[in-house]
Amino acid sequence: MPRVAVVRFPGSNCDFDTLRAAERYGSQAYFVWHRDTDLRGADVVILPGGFSYGDYLRSGAIARFSPIMQAVQRHAAEGGPLLGICNGFQILCEAHLLPGALLRNAGLTFVSKPVDVTVEQTDTAFTCDYEPGARLRLPVAHGEGRYVASPDTLRMLEAEGRVVLRYVAATERSPFQPNPNGSANHIAGICNPAGNIVGVMPHPERAADRLLGLTGGSGFFTSPVSSHQDSSNARVSSNEVG
Amino acid sequence: MSPATRSAEEAALTFSGVASAATETITVPGERPVTPEVVREHNLNELEYSRIIGMLGRTPTFTELGVFSALWSEHCSYKHSRPVLKTFPTAGPQVLQGPGENAGVLRLPDGWAVAFKIESHNHPSAVEPYQGAATGVGGILRDVFTMGARPVAVLNSLRFGPLDHPPRNRYLFAGVVRGIGDYANCVGVPTLGGEVNFAPSYTGNPLVNAMCVGLLRERDLMRAAAQGVGNVLLVVGARTGRDGIHGASFASEELSEQSESRRPQVQVGDPFTEKLLLEASLELITSRLIVAIQDMGAAGLTSSSAEMAARGGVGVEIDTGLVPTREEGMTPYEILLSESQERMLVVAQPSMVPQIQQVCAKWELTATPIGRVTDDGMFRVSHHGQTAVSIPGRRLIEDCPTYFPEAEEGEAARLRRSQIEPGEPVVDLEGALELLLDNPNIASKRWVYEQYDSTVQASTVLPPGSDAGVIRVPGSDFGLAMTVDCNARLVALDPYEGGKAAVAEAARNVAAAGARPLGITNCLNFGSPEKPEIFFQFREACRGISDACRAFGTPVTGGNVSFYNESPAGAIDPTPTIGMIGLLTNVENRTGSFFDVPQDEVFVLGLTSGILGGSSYWAEVCDFVGGDPPAVDLDAELRLQRFLVAAAENKLLRSAHDCSEGGLAVTLAEAVIGGPYVPGSLGASLDLTGYAPDVPVDGLLFGEDGARAVVSCSQAAARPLIALADEHGVPIFRAGLVVSAGTLELRVGAQLFSWSTEALRRIYFEAIPRRMQHPDVDRAAGE
Repeated sequence: MPRVAVVRFPGSNCDFDTLRAAERYGSQAYFVWHRDTDLRGADVVILPGGFSYGDYLRSGAIARFSPIMQAVQRHAAEGGPLLGICNGFQILCEAHLLPGALLRNAGLTFVSKPVDVTVEQTDTAFTCDYEPGARLRLPVAHGEGRYVASPDTLRMLEAEGRVVLRYVAATERSPFQPNPNGSANHIAGICNPAGNIVGVMPHPERAADRLLGLTGGSGFFTSPVSSHQDSSNARVSSNEVG
Repeated sequence: MSPATRSAEEAALTFSGVASAATETITVPGERPVTPEVVREHNLNELEYSRIIGMLGRTPTFTELGVFSALWSEHCSYKHSRPVLKTFPTAGPQVLQGPGENAGVLRLPDGWAVAFKIESHNHPSAVEPYQGAATGVGGILRDVFTMGARPVAVLNSLRFGPLDHPPRNRYLFAGVVRGIGDYANCVGVPTLGGEVNFAPSYTGNPLVNAMCVGLLRERDLMRAAAQGVGNVLLVVGARTGRDGIHGASFASEELSEQSESRRPQVQVGDPFTEKLLLEASLELITSRLIVAIQDMGAAGLTSSSAEMAARGGVGVEIDTGLVPTREEGMTPYEILLSESQERMLVVAQPSMVPQIQQVCAKWELTATPIGRVTDDGMFRVSHHGQTAVSIPGRRLIEDCPTYFPEAEEGEAARLRRSQIEPGEPVVDLEGALELLLDNPNIASKRWVYEQYDSTVQASTVLPPGSDAGVIRVPGSDFGLAMTVDCNARLVALDPYEGGKAAVAEAARNVAAAGARPLGITNCLNFGSPEKPEIFFQFREACRGISDACRAFGTPVTGGNVSFYNESPAGAIDPTPTIGMIGLLTNVENRTGSFFDVPQDEVFVLGLTSGILGGSSYWAEVCDFVGGDPPAVDLDAELRLQRFLVAAAENKLLRSAHDCSEGGLAVTLAEAVIGGPYVPGSLGASLDLTGYAPDVPVDGLLFGEDGARAVVSCSQAAARPLIALADEHGVPIFRAGLVVSAGTLELRVGAQLFSWSTEALRRIYFEAIPRRMQHPDVDRAAGE
C-alpha cells in the first residue's frame, strides 16, 4: 500500500476530499503541513486544490516558498510521483516543476461545472490505469485555469506527448463551450518529461465515487497504487534473484 | 417612581435637558459631548433615550451612546418584530437548539446534528454589491461554525430589479454573484442551491440572503453563553479596523439618495482568514479548550460581548486598549462598534490561554486576552484603564423598548387583490410557455451557479438546478436536502397565504428530492415596520409561516428580520424567505427533477383549480400583477410530501419535480429540458384530457395551485406508485410517456400543443446569459 502525503497549505480546501479519494482506492494517505520539512516516507505526494495563502498575489505564488516545498522538490527530483490538482497545478507551475502558467479564465469569471476531457498520455504515474484516449467527465472549479505557455513550450509539450488531459466537447450539438477557460490547445493537464510530475485543472477527487454520479477520476488514485505494486513486485523479484 | 417607569412626557423633558440629568457623569477625555443632535444621529428616539437615562441615572458617555445605538437598533434588538416572532412554533423532538443562538440545530441520525441559519446582507449589497454579498456569506459561515459545526453547504436567495432596466440592476446582480462566489469558493464550502428573482420593487433595494448549513457531532454542540467568573475573554482572528462602524444602524434605516455615502460602512471580506478562523475555531471547540465562542458580527465587539454575558447571566469587563487594531489611535467607541470581519470573541479558563494561543498560531492567527467575566452583571469597558462604559448588562439587552406597531392592509393591496381579469385572453399558449422560459425568474440560473463551486468537499449528490440540493454525510447512509424559497408576488397579494405558500414550496422541493422536511430558518425581508400596511404584511406572513410549520411539523429554529427595505421608490415586495432542511434516511434514494429514461411513465400529482391570481403567466405574459392567489391546502401539501418521501424510499421514482412558478407547463418543460450537461434532449408525449375537465386551458397550463408535482417512473413501478398515491390520499393522473424524440407534445381535449425540446432548451439556458452579455455591465456602477 503506497504512502500518499497530501500537503496542506493555509487555504487548501480540497485536502480532505483528496485524502479520502486516495484512501478509497487503496493508499495509506495522511496530511503534511506546509511548515513541515519532512514528507514522512511518502511514496506519492499530492498538492490539493484550494486557495493557498488566499491566492491574493497570484495563484500558487506564495505556496511555492513554503518550507515543505523543498522536500517536495527533492521527492520529485528523485522520480517520486507528484500530482498537483487545480491550485496544486498552479503551485507546480509557479515552482517551475512544470512549464507554463495558469491565468485568469478567458470568460473572466469563476467556472464550476462538469467538463469532458480525454486522457492523452497514459504513461504517467497518475494515468497508467486509463486506456489511451479514454473520455472522462470531471468537475472543474477555478477562476484561474487558462493554461498558457510560449509557442516553443506548447510545441514541445505536444511533440513529447506531455499533454495528459485535453478538454473535448461532450457532443457535437452541445451548445456550451467545451473549453471552460480558454486554455491554449485546450490543455487541461500536463506532465514533466519523465511522467512522474502531473498537473491537472479538473478535480479527479470529486469524480471518484458512484454516489456522486461521476467516477472517471478514480484512475488518478488507482494508477499510483498499480505502479507501486509493480515496483514493489519488481523489488521483490530482484531481491530474489540477488 | 423609579427612573425606569418615567412617562414619555418626562422622557421628553429629560431629552431636552440632557446635560442637567447627569448625576455621577463619567467623563472620558476627548470624547464628544452628548447633545440632542448627537442622540438623534445615533437613531435613538426620545423614549429610548429616556430609558437610557433612567437606567444609568446619568447622561451616557459618547461611547455608551454608541453601544445603545447599536444594540437597540432594529437589526440587533428586534424591537418591532419580537412579539410576532414569539408566535413561531420552535419546539419538536428534533430540535437541539431553537432561536436565540448563533444558529439553530436539529438532531440527525448516528449522533450527528445539523446547524443552519439564513441572514440578510441587503443594505451593504445595495451600495457595494461585491463586498456586501461576500461579507454576508462570511457572517453566516461564522454563525454556523461557532456552534461547532463544519459548514458543508451555502445557499442564497437574491432579489434584484429587472435585468433589462435600469442597467445598475445588472451591475448589482453581477457584483453580488461574484462576491458570493469568491468568498464561498475560497473558503471551500459548496453552494448547493438558491433562488434569484427580478421584480421592479427591488430596484434600488436588492435582497441578498445567505444561508449556511453545517454538520457537527451532537456532543460538540457549542453555545455562546459566557460563564465562569474570572474566565478570560479573547479576541481571535483579524485585527480591528475602522470599517463597518455602525453597520447595524445602517441596516436599520431606509435606503436613500444619501446611502451611497454609507459605502465606507460596508466591511471588506477576507475569505482566506475566514478559512483559517474556521479551522482554528473547530479545533478549539472539539478539543474542549474553550467555554464559549461568538462571531463579532453586526455591532462587533459590543454585541458579541454583551449578548454572551446576558446569555450566561454574568458581567464582563473589557479593556479596548488591549484589542489588536489595524490603525493607530482608535477610540473605544470605534473599537467597540467596528464590524471588521473575520473576528471571534472567545471565553476560556485562564489556564487554557497558552494552549488556545498555540492552536491559533498554528493557523497563523492571534488570540489576545482583552477582558474577563465578572460577577456583578455590569457591561464595563475601559480604555487603557480609563472607564468608558458602565451599563447594567442584562438591562442593556432587555430594556430596549418593544413596539407594537399598527397593522392594516393597504388600500392599494386590497384593490390589487380584488381585480380578477387581466384583459384580453392570450391566444398563443405555445408562445406563452416560451415567453415564461425566457423570463429570468423562471429561466435556468446556470449563469449564476456556474460561478459557485458546487462540488468542493466531494459530497454533492444533487447539484444546483434540481428542486433541492442534496449532500451526503461521509461515513453515514443518510443525506441532507436543502432549499430556499419565497414567491414574493403571492405574499404581496395575500400575505397570509403567501407565507404559507413559501413554507409549502420549500417543503415540496425537499420532499421531491426524497427527503422528509425537518425544520426551517427564515429571513424576513420587509419595508418599514412603522407603516401600518407593511406591518400588516409582516404579521400576516408570519402567521402563515407559523400555520404551515405547525401543519408540517417543521419548527422555526432561527433566522433574521430585515426591515426598512425601502428606496425612494417605495417598499420592496414582502419577501419572507424560507430556508428548509430535509433528511434522506438513505441518500441513495435521492430523486432528481428531470426525466431520465424513454418509455418511463409520467404522472401529475395533485389537483388543478386553474386560478391564475398572482401567477407568473399573468405577471410576465399578460403584464398584470393581481388577483387572489390560490389558497394553500396544508393537508394536501402534507399528504403530497409524505407520498413523495415514501415513493423515493420504495425506489419507485425516476424523477420528481415540484409545480410552482409557471405552473404545470413550466414544470413539464423543465423535466423534459433536463440539466445543462445532459448529452441530448428527451421528449414527452402527454395527454391531460380528463385531468381537470372544467378548467380552461390557460389555467390548466399556467395556474399555480400548490400541492402538485410531476413524477416519472419505470413502467414496472407505475402500478405500485398509483397504489401508494391512493394510500396517501394523493390524486394521481397518468399523463403519458417520456419519449426519445426531442419533442414535448401535450394534448388537452381537441387541442394539441407541441414544442421542440431543443428550442425550449436554448431559450431556458440562454435567457440570463443573453441579458448579461450587455456591454454596460461594468460601467453601470456610476449610474
